[in-house]
Amino acid sequence: MKRRRKHVVLYIVNTFLALLYLSPLIWMTVSAFKPENRIFSDMSSGLMAFLPRNTTLDNFETVFLRSNMLKYIRNSIFYVSILVCFSMVVNSMFGYALAKFEFKGKNLLLSLILALLVLPLESILLSLFFVVNRLHWIDSYLALVVPFIVKCFDVYLFRQFFLDIPDELVEAASIDGASPFRTFIQVVVPISKPVFATVFILDYVAYWSDFMWPLLVITDSNKRTVQLGIQAFFTEPPIYYGPVMAALTIASVPMIVLFLFLQKYYVQGISTSGIKG
Amino acid sequence: MRMRKTSHYAYFFVLPGVILLLMFLISSAVLAMGFSFMDFNLLRPGDATFCGLDNYTRLFQDKSFLKALKNTLYFAAVVVPYQVSLAFALALLVKTNLKGIGLFRSAYFSPLVTSMSVVAILWTFIYNPNPTQGLLNALLTKAGLPTSAFLRSADTAMNSIIFMSGWHSAGYQMMILLAGLQAISEELYEAASIDGANAIQKFFYITIPGIKNVLIFVLMITTINAMKLFTQPYVMTSGGPKESTMTLTYFIYQQGFQFRNMGYASSVSVIFFILVVGISIVIKKLTKAR
Repeated sequence: MKRRRKHVVLYIVNTFLALLYLSPLIWMTVSAFKPENRIFSDMSSGLMAFLPRNTTLDNFETVFLRSNMLKYIRNSIFYVSILVCFSMVVNSMFGYALAKFEFKGKNLLLSLILALLVLPLESILLSLFFVVNRLHWIDSYLALVVPFIVKCFDVYLFRQFFLDIPDELVEAASIDGASPFRTFIQVVVPISKPVFATVFILDYVAYWSDFMWPLLVITDSNKRTVQLGIQAFFTEPPIYYGPVMAALTIASVPMIVLFLFLQKYYVQGISTSGIKG
Repeated sequence: MRMRKTSHYAYFFVLPGVILLLMFLISSAVLAMGFSFMDFNLLRPGDATFCGLDNYTRLFQDKSFLKALKNTLYFAAVVVPYQVSLAFALALLVKTNLKGIGLFRSAYFSPLVTSMSVVAILWTFIYNPNPTQGLLNALLTKAGLPTSAFLRSADTAMNSIIFMSGWHSAGYQMMILLAGLQAISEELYEAASIDGANAIQKFFYITIPGIKNVLIFVLMITTINAMKLFTQPYVMTSGGPKESTMTLTYFIYQQGFQFRNMGYASSVSVIFFILVVGISIVIKKLTKAR
């Protein structure tokens, strides 16, 4: 009985709090579907601001007329996907070598990776800009992709995962005559899907949300990422509430879709980081 | 030992990663160090000269830099306890495995799925000081409460950013703490109940000790992330009003990118790096001491 009452209280508190927590996002989505004057008149009547009324798609039409939002979304999907794919290949190989091979310099590399884990990227972005500028990569997706392919945290995650794979499994494959590359691709990778999924979604979200670096290296309005695109839309007059809310809503859709499929791995990724750290 | 036979293959596995590390991360870190001792403007790269510690001595007389340093530390000092305790409270609320509890977890997590620049723009509208245009002031007026200038006043701008940042990111820490809470054995709580312990005693004698290490880890990553504050002031306030939301990374951006002062901005980068690494070491040390 007592436990039951506790559960009812939990439901009530959570429902109230979750609605409060979501209210800014509800206001954003609802306002995206409202005419401009409705947004303002509902605001002064309290709760009405969070309810859909006089639903219209005009704001979305304005977004597509006034900006290239779909193109920016495509740009982001394009560069983030390429970056994350290369990143998984390079970092998994790196992590595998550190987990399963003995070679000269291994300990040095391992300490280097661990040391670079604490290096905040923000402290080297300017000199990285200098390097990328020298390579004439400004306004090229190369600048967004190549410098970030290797990521020490991913190497570390892969290594930790591969350490737990029994040596016998790897040895059995090599006795059968498979080269280390074939062993890696045909034996190790297929049983390591969870760590790949975790790295994929952690990095995808991180690069998708990245703001500072694209701001430095992308000036061509055709190559804007989503984040730069909504920022430009938000600062270029005339500024109306409805269209901005519609643009924000559109920009959020790809991540919501990704989360519907891979949320489990994202949560696993961040929660194991705590247990291990 | 076992793998010795195939050891030369290892170099092929690490080669792409090592080349990229050297080309970008390590070379940039070395360059940042080097530039910080140079008088070097990107617009006049030919005139770069070595200037010793000049950039550093200039920094500590630069009012804008000191302001940025103070603001960044203030942001971290306030947002970390606020965000972590919010996350902890939420984790406790969604800990019990009830039917549909996943919905609540997703709700607290959802601001994180929309990126920081999206919510920063959204909150700029919510914080609009005009009670007929800003949602928050409209609701405050309706409830008969005093309104605020929020982002438009030097007194309230940083706190407004703090309030919104904690709301956006607490879901992340909540998930880590939730995993920590679920790792505490249920039997401990049952045994305590049999011994007649009340909820508060259970919290302080079982929950807190059980989650201490995870909590310290969470404090560390939250602090480090807080030090990097950039997107919110860039989008919401441009560092203003009166530099009240100027942060270290924003200062680096302004000096290096807008004024092209590569040398001067690099010295700020070095200070920023030392600060972040210093904080992580101190927190790590504190963990071990206990």
